[in-house]
Amino acid sequence: MIGSTDAAAVKLLAKRKRADRIFRAFCFFAASLGVLILILFLYKILIDGVGRMSWNFMRTNLSSRPARTGIWPAIVGSAYVMALTAIIAVPMGVAAAVYLEEFNTRKSRLSEFIQLNIANLAGVPSIVYGMLGLAVFVRWMALHESVLSGALTMSLLILPMVIIVTQEALRAVPKGYRDGSLALGSTYWQAIRFQVLPSAAPGIFTGIILAISRAMGETAPLIVVGAAAYVSSIPRNVHDRYTVLPIKIFDWAGEAKPGFNQAAATAILVLMIALLLLNSVAIYLRARARLRR
Amino acid sequence: MANATPSPDSQPIAPGARFRRRFRPRGLSEGVVKWLCFVCALVSILTTVGIITVLISQSIPFFKAVSPADFFTGTVWSPTPEPGKFGVIPLIVGTLTITVGAGLFAVPLGLLSAIFLSEYANPKLRNFLKPTLELLAGIPTVVYGYFGLFFVTPLLKHVIPEIQSSNALSGAIVVGIMILPLVSSLCEDAISAVPRSLREGAYGLGATKMEVTTKIVIPGALSGIMASFILALSRALGETMAVTLAAGSNPVLTFNPAKAIETMTAYIVSTSKGDAGVGTVRYNSIFAVGVTLFVFTMAMNLIAVRLVKKFRQVYS
Repeated sequence: MIGSTDAAAVKLLAKRKRADRIFRAFCFFAASLGVLILILFLYKILIDGVGRMSWNFMRTNLSSRPARTGIWPAIVGSAYVMALTAIIAVPMGVAAAVYLEEFNTRKSRLSEFIQLNIANLAGVPSIVYGMLGLAVFVRWMALHESVLSGALTMSLLILPMVIIVTQEALRAVPKGYRDGSLALGSTYWQAIRFQVLPSAAPGIFTGIILAISRAMGETAPLIVVGAAAYVSSIPRNVHDRYTVLPIKIFDWAGEAKPGFNQAAATAILVLMIALLLLNSVAIYLRARARLRR
Repeated sequence: MANATPSPDSQPIAPGARFRRRFRPRGLSEGVVKWLCFVCALVSILTTVGIITVLISQSIPFFKAVSPADFFTGTVWSPTPEPGKFGVIPLIVGTLTITVGAGLFAVPLGLLSAIFLSEYANPKLRNFLKPTLELLAGIPTVVYGYFGLFFVTPLLKHVIPEIQSSNALSGAIVVGIMILPLVSSLCEDAISAVPRSLREGAYGLGATKMEVTTKIVIPGALSGIMASFILALSRALGETMAVTLAAGSNPVLTFNPAKAIETMTAYIVSTSKGDAGVGTVRYNSIFAVGVTLFVFTMAMNLIAVRLVKKFRQVYS
């Protein structure tokens, strides 16, 4: 009798273990699918795009003939819009985070409301920011379809992200840094300026670079605020018309001529290389900060 | 120091009193700094106010020309031959098709992948898989659109020969791939919030890893997992470039995934890059569609925030 229940128990255990192995295999498949897709992605884009990749392609103006077109105005446009976006959004975002984390340590109802609002803003679809920019910057402030209106729109888009990452970096600074500085007789602002911000800097920079690289791939809001698909010359000042890399990719991918589709893949390569460069700066900064500690 | 009056800082602290750090500006310039920072923090509120004001005020002219009843219940969306028909149902159905399709793809895979990363994977494998998934999350959405158009659709053509070059299925798949890392990382956060002791208890009773995961960990993290699903779906709902390229811009009411459709976001993009004159009904319609989109995503985000709050209370 005892023997038979033992056999049943052993059988049941084997069954449960088998179920566990199958479940594990499913989970492993799901987790590695992302890697597989990433490899497919890169492979597809390399195959399609590497043929057109050349210095010449990067430095040539746009053309309506697929074989002769380059990408230079879009590269300049992207760099221009992103630089301006960073100049606007970074000081504002860092200042807002300093206010929320450092100046307002007694959590008031207002700062709680601001905090909730920032979390909500981070979830607003990017295209809605485009509509805000269209109504406020392009129309109401009459900036028209310029680099400036595009950069202002992008600044609003990445502002919540900059604030959130800066807050996280500030929170990671040990409390002792502030207390030590205050104990030596500094004012609170001096403690923030000379102790807290410098030691939070690597974290802040990493976050900002990630925010900028997200903005760099963002397309929808810029289309809504009127970034052109075709510009004949590169933008020279903030009031000029402009195009950016993702918009060129969108435009070329939708074209009927295969030559343009190929150019789109090459433009994707250019964009991804730019993103890779930006992110390696972030990784470098993080590594250097770790070494110094 | 020029400060003649003793500042409150110099008051002796009563023994046992908790020292409360608080910013007190000293001198004019520090006061200015504080106010500047405050103004910057206010910009985020201004942004929200701006979004709501713009969406409402700009869609009023539209709703004067097209009655809200016609807009929200109409099943034909054809803005181009004037005066045009503006029934938003096809766009909503298109959007939901993509969202649900992407969810069907990303939700099970994302959850399983989170389980693997947090319960099964050894640290070495985890340190490889996690950054790779993050890389996938960093790819611009327009690139996903290209991938859908020139990789997923040709692949689907082998299975469904009559599929259109832009189609709902391909759009749903690429958006699903796009939100997969988000589902995975948010689920993992929720799962790792389940206390270790609960797992140990179940292991002590002789449960296998699968039993611990499905009977202890997932029920314990359920509201967090639900919140992450909703957040990811709201991302899918507001996604623009990938669906514009991969799913098309053909506003018809169809449930056939092999056909081209149009989402709310795709309509806004294609209209604002087109030739709609400022002030025309068609131009104003993007704001009415924008309001609809905004309400949908806000509702989902608020539900997710509620759920997250609830699940934080359980263990802390």
